[in-house]
Amino acid sequence: MPKYLLLKHYRGGPQPYRPFPPMDQWAPEDVEAHMAFLRHVGELLKKNGEYVDGQALTPTRTWVRYGGPDAAPVTTDGPLPETSDLVAGWYMIDVDSYERAVELAAYVSSEPGPGGEPLYEWIDVREVMSGAPSQD
Amino acid sequence: MIDEPTRGLDEGALRALVPRVLAGLVRRGEDFDAAEDALQEALLEALRVWPEHPPRDPRAWLATVATRRLVDARRSEVARYRREEAAYAQPRPPVTEEGDDTLLLLFCCCHPDLAPASQVTLTLRAVGGLTTREIADAFYVPEATMAQRISRAKRTLRGRRLDQPGDLAVVLRVLYLVYTAGHAGRVDLAGEAIRLARQLTLATEEPEARGLLALMLLNHARLPARLDPAGRIVTLDRQDRGRWDTREIAEGVRVLQSALAVARPGRYQVEAAIAALHDDAACAEETDWPQILAWYDDLVALTDDPVHQDPAAVLGRAVAVGHVLGAAAGLRETDRLREVLGDRHRWHAVRGHLHELAGDLPAAGAAYADAARRATNVAERDHLVRQAARARAAEAPAGA
Repeated sequence: MPKYLLLKHYRGGPQPYRPFPPMDQWAPEDVEAHMAFLRHVGELLKKNGEYVDGQALTPTRTWVRYGGPDAAPVTTDGPLPETSDLVAGWYMIDVDSYERAVELAAYVSSEPGPGGEPLYEWIDVREVMSGAPSQD
Repeated sequence: MIDEPTRGLDEGALRALVPRVLAGLVRRGEDFDAAEDALQEALLEALRVWPEHPPRDPRAWLATVATRRLVDARRSEVARYRREEAAYAQPRPPVTEEGDDTLLLLFCCCHPDLAPASQVTLTLRAVGGLTTREIADAFYVPEATMAQRISRAKRTLRGRRLDQPGDLAVVLRVLYLVYTAGHAGRVDLAGEAIRLARQLTLATEEPEARGLLALMLLNHARLPARLDPAGRIVTLDRQDRGRWDTREIAEGVRVLQSALAVARPGRYQVEAAIAALHDDAACAEETDWPQILAWYDDLVALTDDPVHQDPAAVLGRAVAVGHVLGAAAGLRETDRLREVLGDRHRWHAVRGHLHELAGDLPAAGAAYADAARRATNVAERDHLVRQAARARAAEAPAGA
């Protein structure tokens, strides 16, 4: 069974289908509904036997590279730190097919936003390379 | 009903034997590293065998099986390095004759040469009697990673003298780290830390050990009210105080009083006193903030430069100042910390609270949102986003 990462982004990706303000500016009941939905997604994936992992990332990013011999690592917050693509977190799922991964990503994207309307958030679906050599 | 295989096995009692058996092996002259490995194997076997065949003398059983493992390990090594045989035959001098087992082992595990993460894991295994798998679960790392961390820690200790009394302050810090690591996975680390601290108070008269135990008990008592059924954080002022554990509070207060009676105050005793005052209030409005502020004054007086040496204490004091002298005074106190804590979510969260106290909801919403962006824990982040949304909704009435 293939594994996929369903990546959520703080920013980056295609033009938002419906722009929305940051969550701390939503009505409190909309915030609750959104968080409850994400909890439900985690539970659903576990119940289906499709869940592998789920993690959230803080929005702080540091780019690091080797500084050369006897030099400290070189760090930067990157080109365009305000606008560049930034991952917020992921679900890792283990599913029957690519189609199922797309179906689940669309379900995550239907999460309720302001006014209880779907967010239509773009979800980045990436297949995880298998570590085991093929058996056929 | 399904008959569980572990029914009838008192895991707590089994784990309590671990430090005693281990200390016995070390006193007999066994190497700490090898003895600890052998005992871990004996522990795993006990978990497997005892439910069906409970031993008559559990402690002797563990010591015997661990000794057998040590002999086996030695034999296979001897086969490989025959010339080292003589060295094994020579009994080493006993590490120590007197003193309590737990204390001896805590000093080993909290050796200053070890990194804090290693001190914590080694303490949980050698003194707490947890298996590598349980410790790995508690810290969300693979079991192989945790096994590696433990053996590296023990390699660091090899050749160090372990018969000297260690630094009790380090032991206290390590136990507090175990406590604050919380209760992920199957193991309740907070409960484990309390158990270890209780053992420690039996081994030393130091009032700070009792102060630490009291602090843990007085905070742990509020745990049942700290999360709602959906896992959301409930702040102290909104908690259902009927769900606090009054038995734990009573024990915490008793332990704290016996520590304070020695008249050698320290930070854990002072923090426990503050926790006791919170626990003592029947509702948030009855909190004795002037008394809490007085204890915070004592706490910040323990260091020469509290802003840099103990910023958490200064931040806690700022909240108390806000409740006693007014939110504006509290906010001024937090200003001194901007340089040190300005990038931490807690600093922004406290300012959000103080702005709210002052009735400045736009500022409160902005501060909570700043705090949410800096949070490193999902539950806290979600809580801070909610606080921000709540403050902003209150500032702009619904429908606006």
